[in-house]
Amino acid sequence: MKSLLMVAAAATAAALCFGGATAQEKEVMIGGQCDRTGPTQIVGVVICPAIQDYIDLVNSNGGVEGYKIKYNELDNEYKVPQAVEEYERQKQMGAVSMLIYGTPQAQALNQKLVEDKIPGTSPGFGISASADGTRFPYLFPVAATYWSQGAAAIQFIKDKLGGSLKGKKIAYVYYDNPAGHEPLPILEDLQKIEGFELRSFAVPPPGVEMGAQVLDIAQRYRPDFVIDHLFGRSPSVAIKEYKRAGYPLSKVMGLVWASAEADILAAGGWQVAEGYHTLQFAGAGDDYPIRQEIRAMYKAQSKEPPKGMDDTVIYNRGILNSALHVEAIRNALKANGGKQPTGTDVKNGFEAIHDFTLGGLVPPLKVTPEDHEGGGWVQIFQVKDGKFVKETEWFRGYPEVVAAAVKKAE
Amino acid sequence: MFHRESGVFKTSYVADMALYPLPITKWTAAAFAGLFIVIAPLILGEYFISILDLILIAVVGALGLNILVGYTGQISIGHGAFMSVGAYTAANLVVHLGAPFWVTVPAGGLMAALIGAVVGIPSLRIKGIYLAIATLAAQLIIEWTINHVPAISGGVQASIQVPRPSLFGTQLKSQTQLYLFLMAFAVLAIVATSNLVRSRIGRAFIAVRDQDVAAEIIGINTFRYKLWAFAISSFYAGVTGVLYTYYLGIANYEQFQITVSIDYLAMVIIGGLGSVLGSILGAIFVTLLPIVTRSFLETFGGLIFSQADLANMIPNLRLILFGGLIIFFLVVEPEGLNRLWRNIRNYFRVWPFSY
Repeated sequence: MKSLLMVAAAATAAALCFGGATAQEKEVMIGGQCDRTGPTQIVGVVICPAIQDYIDLVNSNGGVEGYKIKYNELDNEYKVPQAVEEYERQKQMGAVSMLIYGTPQAQALNQKLVEDKIPGTSPGFGISASADGTRFPYLFPVAATYWSQGAAAIQFIKDKLGGSLKGKKIAYVYYDNPAGHEPLPILEDLQKIEGFELRSFAVPPPGVEMGAQVLDIAQRYRPDFVIDHLFGRSPSVAIKEYKRAGYPLSKVMGLVWASAEADILAAGGWQVAEGYHTLQFAGAGDDYPIRQEIRAMYKAQSKEPPKGMDDTVIYNRGILNSALHVEAIRNALKANGGKQPTGTDVKNGFEAIHDFTLGGLVPPLKVTPEDHEGGGWVQIFQVKDGKFVKETEWFRGYPEVVAAAVKKAE
Repeated sequence: MFHRESGVFKTSYVADMALYPLPITKWTAAAFAGLFIVIAPLILGEYFISILDLILIAVVGALGLNILVGYTGQISIGHGAFMSVGAYTAANLVVHLGAPFWVTVPAGGLMAALIGAVVGIPSLRIKGIYLAIATLAAQLIIEWTINHVPAISGGVQASIQVPRPSLFGTQLKSQTQLYLFLMAFAVLAIVATSNLVRSRIGRAFIAVRDQDVAAEIIGINTFRYKLWAFAISSFYAGVTGVLYTYYLGIANYEQFQITVSIDYLAMVIIGGLGSVLGSILGAIFVTLLPIVTRSFLETFGGLIFSQADLANMIPNLRLILFGGLIIFFLVVEPEGLNRLWRNIRNYFRVWPFSY
């Protein structure tokens, strides 16, 4: 009896606090996990402030449909138990939308998202099969999955090598973990269709030693093109090794986590990496109006814009991620007539994202209840004269092959 | 565990080995059980229950490692890998055969015990830091195997989705239901360990730890008991892996990498080697410390720094504070939190007439 009373008292207190908060200002909360420490901090120190900056920009322009966006960021050190605890915490704080960070974390939280009816995003990582919204109703890759990236890479190489891959040799260099393995099934499917020769080269974690693999590629296998699917420090090591082994970098392309400015700089600078192709799921470079708006916001507060802005690739991905959340909330508020949105409303908001390009930074996504990937669009940028130069417009590689693989993954 | 009489009044071995040395101990244990099993789920919110869930899982794993490291004196840094063995065994049983949890939990434990016993074979010849490296090799071999054998890992992603456990036809979905589910296994683990260490096997473990040559001379088959220690410890690890799998709904080897082994080693060292209460305290400490330091920084950091700086500072400060506190507690009491607790208890035992 006593405990029941306490429950009642606690519930009343909670209701009072909550009621008090909403009465002052209407807020929608986004929960974000983002690692400024741990093994992925190279990405985190740039992407986390970017996510925050975009939300600040939205709020300084008056919020979304009369609501302010409240954003809470927690660092999980790339550990799963921490990620679970932080997810529960943000759920308790009232988050109706979650930014997930890390592939194992996305897998661990997937079931919870469904049970709690809260949408979560995993742009550029996570489970490729989660593009299927019918099987993963609350998980949104919203950017090209590893499968779409692999397919797009083959499409690009095919165009580059003159429209046919028959008898060509392609090397696939990958970080030896599940995320590294993930594109393999797609590459093998495409190998059957296009008739090229594929050999894969595993790089054991932490991937800072790959002289043997690169020598094998450059001297013995001599492929027509190389796909690098590496993480952390290893992309820069790879670039350095290709250079040393005399393999032309114009025949190498990096998938999305091997394609940032930081990788180029760590490899020894832009001259070293001249010709290197990079695959992007958000636009690279500084030529997007949204970046100028963020600069202007900092200027208005008479503060310096963050240093991370110079790492345009990763910074722009942060903008993409938080912009899609804000857009989903906007769609949700439009659809429900301005009521406090629930997780399901925001999920429907994600599934209504269409023609939202943010001045070209975001691909022409069309997220639907079936397709949570939004099409799997990518752009290729090449390292040329000290910067990334756009080589292609937004395109998709073999969407029907990827769709078949997603369907088969059940 | 919590009480002690004012002198040594025991006159028989039976009394000395009793699980409850005093009648009041039994009531304390009952009160704790009531508090955590009945009252906690009623008054705590979902978030706090979810933290308790993580602690319960860690308690099972820490108890297992303490049997090996604390009671038998064999170092292992392969604990995380044994968890993944349990996790994948259970996940495959669930997915391919639809096995219920009362099959998968022991099965995962037994498979881990088997592999743990094999890994323990070198312990006959090598000791200390050398054995640690041998178990490290086991960690890497098991990780590699799971990563590269699709028959175990269920495909290139090396992850298998597992539905939540069901009991009498209802699926345990909410945090509270899972809490009670995990609590059952944690209690089982605590009771089993408390009984194990006062049994013949447990005494043999302690003899092996203190001086294995002497133990052999008084008739203890050290080889057999070392393997038993590895097997039992790995059984606990396997069960931990299965519980993790059910709690998260997925088996994924990236959740059981070497950092996890080290976290568990930290738990038993901080908690206190060779004590049941120490394992529990260590599991609580290591699980709660990051959470508490973060809330502390969030609450008081705002007084000094701006919010934007704080977002950048909290994760880093938390790591520093985490490391600093571990060093602090180990310097204050090298024998762990359990010893710290005993010191406090001993002080108050004669209070206010301490000399």
